[in-house]
Amino acid sequence: MSFIQTLKYKIGLSKDGLTKRKTVTFGDTTAVGNGRFWSVISVITLSMAWYLGSALELVNPIFWPAPSAVWDQFINISQDGYRNFTLWEHIWASLYRILVGFALGCLIGIPLGFAMGLSEIIRGWFDPLVEFFRPIPPLAFIPLVIIWSGIGERSKILLLFFAALWIMVIAARAGVGSVKLSKIHAAYSLGATKRQILMHVILPNSLPEIFTGMRVAMGICWGTVVAAELVAAESGIGFMIMAASKFLATDIVILGVIVVGVIGYSIDILMRKLEDKLIPWKGKA
Amino acid sequence: MSDLVVNDVSMVFDTPSGEQVHALENVSFSLKQGELLSILGPSGCGKSTLLNIIAGFLAPTHGTVELASTEIHGPGSDRGMVFQQGALFEWLTVAENIGFGLSMKGTPADEIKKTVNHLLETVGLHDFGDKATYELSGGMQQRVALARCLANDPDVILMDEPLGALDALTREKMQGLVLKLWKETGKTIILITHSVEEALFLGERLFVMAPRPGRIKKEYSLPFAEAGLTKDPRDVKADPDFGAKREEILNMIWEMEEEIMGQADDSGV
Repeated sequence: MSFIQTLKYKIGLSKDGLTKRKTVTFGDTTAVGNGRFWSVISVITLSMAWYLGSALELVNPIFWPAPSAVWDQFINISQDGYRNFTLWEHIWASLYRILVGFALGCLIGIPLGFAMGLSEIIRGWFDPLVEFFRPIPPLAFIPLVIIWSGIGERSKILLLFFAALWIMVIAARAGVGSVKLSKIHAAYSLGATKRQILMHVILPNSLPEIFTGMRVAMGICWGTVVAAELVAAESGIGFMIMAASKFLATDIVILGVIVVGVIGYSIDILMRKLEDKLIPWKGKA
Repeated sequence: MSDLVVNDVSMVFDTPSGEQVHALENVSFSLKQGELLSILGPSGCGKSTLLNIIAGFLAPTHGTVELASTEIHGPGSDRGMVFQQGALFEWLTVAENIGFGLSMKGTPADEIKKTVNHLLETVGLHDFGDKATYELSGGMQQRVALARCLANDPDVILMDEPLGALDALTREKMQGLVLKLWKETGKTIILITHSVEEALFLGERLFVMAPRPGRIKKEYSLPFAEAGLTKDPRDVKADPDFGAKREEILNMIWEMEEEIMGQADDSGV
């Protein structure tokens, strides 16, 4: 294969030898490449459109500022801060809230989900609660938590705990339900006690479901914290966006939105990498 | 001696629709230590129920099961189980799977390691201790399941269609391994299978069970397992006597199947 051929294959412009010979490709998802080449083109085109649109002054900068203005604000807020905090402090304020809220949600939610999976009484007792709270968007509780705990850290952490809790309960419960009876029987026949079965069979067996729940919960928590800060806060990336919007500082708003997107994406990638590392057997049993 | 005595065991249960199912009716037999029993029968004949009762996962509605003169009331490490597939712990390595029972008992690590290494050798997996179970083929996974069971040194090994998910060639190889382990360890083995040939080849004794109610219809004492230890398995299976027995049992099972179908027709199903 020539150098050009190999290059074309690497950037996704050419298919491998067998795929090339396939006559049925529409509907055969293995014959659809990742299209990395087109991703690059797409990002370049959109960036160019943004740059040119601003340079030619096609849009009022109050509605859509130039990339350079957003970049300047990035440098500026990173160093000098906005509303008493630097960009990094705003980011950390938001991250801290989700980490604490998420951790509490896991701490209560996972054991509760396990108990619901293993005991009829606990399942019956908590089922109405879980089914009722699960479909309510966490943001609907913002007014309530503000009445309870004001606009400080406590109300946000309470909200995020609530957001993560039901997801983790359901994930842990599904994890317990996924354990094959033959594994449990095998463990009993190997002399394991109930406690050992819980710790050495049910718990590891449910890790894939729990991890999927964690990924979902992290995503929801990130969305919720930003939205909660938009409503009421004194720091955080959502607060930064809201404060800037009141002064029509659109460049800061756009900067905030980009930061939210980048961090949300990074969290998901990080969780996926952790999953590959910690649960290599996922989907292989 | 650790004899297994199944004494007048019946299993009757009610379905939600109010019907009574006689999964087992007055089943009695005893196995001396070191006997290899295979059980055949059409689906619904209660062979899995019987195995689950002996394992201690089900309590019979009538009768008792005793191992070494002690009545069985629940699962225990004196009766090891080998399942068809999917009973290995995929979060543990091959070696950790084999050592699971011992480590649950709190056996010292170096002792576990010695036993595990010996068993890896016995089942022909000496280089695979550190592998993940999902990296192994189906046949190798069943070797691990056998080794995991043996590590606990149970009196009885209960096998629920252990080779049922394997391809024909692997299955023949594994039959040889089961015979070899049986001879080397002197364990009592009860093996459930759907394959008439496998039941004939591996069973020193063979029960053909019948459904509605679940019962032992016919019992055989067979020379083939013993012969398989010294002779080529292919020669044993080519023996005219082997072929005649196979036809006889196949006919018996076909008749039962047809009877079940007939009953289903009568009831308009």
